[in-house]
Amino acid sequence: MTWLRKNLVVIAGLLTLAYMILPNVVVMAFSFNKPNGRFNYSWQQFSLDAWKDPCGVADLCESLTLSLQLAAWATVGAVVLGTMIAFALVRYRFRARGAINSLIFLPMAMPEVVMAASLLTLFLNMGIELGFWTVLIAHIMFCLSFVVTAVKARVMSMDPRLEEAARDLYAGPAQTFLRVTLPIAAPGIAAGALLAFALSFDDFIITNFNAGSTVTFPMFVWGSAQRGTPVQINVIGTAMFVLAVLIVVAGQIITNRRKKTATA
Amino acid sequence: MTENTTGGDVRLTGISKTYGSFTAVHPLDLTVPQGSFFALLGASGCGKTTTLRMIAGLEDPSAGSVFLGDRDVTDLPPYKRPVNTVFQSYALFPHMDISENIAFGLRRRGIKSVKKQVDEMLELVQLGDKAKHKPHQLSGGQQQRVAVARALINHPQVLLLDEPLGALDLKLRRQMQLELKRIQTEVGITFVHVTHDQEEAMTMADQVAVMNGGRVEQLGAPADLYENPRTTFVANFLGTSNLIEAEVVETGSDVVVTAGGGKLEVPGDRCTDAVRRGGKLLVGVRPEKISLAHADDAGSIADGRNRVTGRIVDSSFIGVSTQYVVNSPAGAELQVYEQNIERDARLVPGAEVVLHWNPAHTFGLDADQSLLAGTVGAAGVETVEDAS
Repeated sequence: MTWLRKNLVVIAGLLTLAYMILPNVVVMAFSFNKPNGRFNYSWQQFSLDAWKDPCGVADLCESLTLSLQLAAWATVGAVVLGTMIAFALVRYRFRARGAINSLIFLPMAMPEVVMAASLLTLFLNMGIELGFWTVLIAHIMFCLSFVVTAVKARVMSMDPRLEEAARDLYAGPAQTFLRVTLPIAAPGIAAGALLAFALSFDDFIITNFNAGSTVTFPMFVWGSAQRGTPVQINVIGTAMFVLAVLIVVAGQIITNRRKKTATA
Repeated sequence: MTENTTGGDVRLTGISKTYGSFTAVHPLDLTVPQGSFFALLGASGCGKTTTLRMIAGLEDPSAGSVFLGDRDVTDLPPYKRPVNTVFQSYALFPHMDISENIAFGLRRRGIKSVKKQVDEMLELVQLGDKAKHKPHQLSGGQQQRVAVARALINHPQVLLLDEPLGALDLKLRRQMQLELKRIQTEVGITFVHVTHDQEEAMTMADQVAVMNGGRVEQLGAPADLYENPRTTFVANFLGTSNLIEAEVVETGSDVVVTAGGGKLEVPGDRCTDAVRRGGKLLVGVRPEKISLAHADDAGSIADGRNRVTGRIVDSSFIGVSTQYVVNSPAGAELQVYEQNIERDARLVPGAEVVLHWNPAHTFGLDADQSLLAGTVGAAGVETVEDAS
């Protein structure tokens, strides 16, 4: 009983971790499966076939490339616009500032289906052909909210005296921005960019409504799930997961090392 | 940058700053002599920081001009003025280490080899071993010294200090006061120091401008301000003053007044110009100038001294001195500081006493002002502003 009391926190933590990681483990395990038939739902035997030929399924790698491109451009667009909006909202007092402040949150609060449908209506009414560009516009729009929120928090906690100090120390407006403002806001911008990339890469509902005949990776997975799930989907999923974990671990190691050199 | 020895004064002519209908600084003329340690002293909201920021260029004056030597710098942006600032919050760049922080100004002016100068600066502020640390790894006092080094490395014509010691604890503050004074003497640069701490201003500065409600109340050397306050604000804000409302009965080289039935003498040259017979005058005397005698010994007080009788209502032992509060017909709650040399055991609350002092230590102020201006009340310093 006392043992349980002492270790309750650890046990709860492990259970939570297991709850979160188990699905990923299943996906990973089934990427090494050799399914019998079209559906990859029951374990048959170990095989590296899918790993050796990840693009073996028609259109899979095309959709993956498209999704990565979309995510990259959406991130760039949302980060540039979002950073500017965040600075404007924090630093300046102007008409409709309050309205913009709340409108920015709308895409986060609104049900995705509603947004997807209304965007589709808008595009159709304007006679815009659905495809890469409509998806990109939609992605930038909903990523914007997240970037603005992340950057705004950072800019708000920034001491305006720092920029004054830079100007006082012979840095002109451009130098002040590049040497002081941007580096200090960088963590917020990076957080916003990561969120934007993940959200854009992930998005299915809005994309599905506005993509026309273009097929992104989530759409491909959805489509193939109707006819059978190729093991390659698990391979791509696993690869993404491992890559993300590696990036996080690398980031940790770098910050730890920096801290050490700084205190040494 | 320029190390010229003549004409490096800071001159403010008719400078003022208004925000909407609020006037932070009323039109103000001020000259800070080259190489001096100049303090702008006042309570928060008196316009001292705004004045400093206008010299730095971080605030545009609503009217008037700023001159550095003969050069009008009013329209120059801060990064083009040979002036550097030490901010109250230090404003060290958190993403740079200490030596990068210090080198910032030199680098922005395109100077490539900064190592030697940075090392010299670190030496000057005694932080040689901290060059590669980040600001957040330093204590408050160390950060403060980095902020000074970062500004001084540019050899500015003027160094502006905005309450640089405000965030430090008392002991460190005393230490840094001496340190800053040493650095100023060593580099010989004009320092303009903004503070609300009158002791700080008096210990460090050659010249002090006391500001109140966006105006300079009085300007002078610390001792002069202390001994010859010209307004009740200065009298109360710099140290403590006993102010007694009195009526003038005789004018001349010695002004004679009556207060609470007794006669007091004030040197005529230490009174405001408006003294006339039958008029009112505020008579002031500093608590440490007053001697205290028990009423039984009243006869042994030398002739020619100002006397006020009263009763002790409170006494507190401070160590080097004892502070008494005395109520008298002339005025309530008069402060008296007595050195603890030979303590008279009869001087306890309730005792009848005679306060006496040399008339030469008395000053007379215009009676048309608030007695309480500059005193520290529950809500901070009283900043009584004229209705004008």
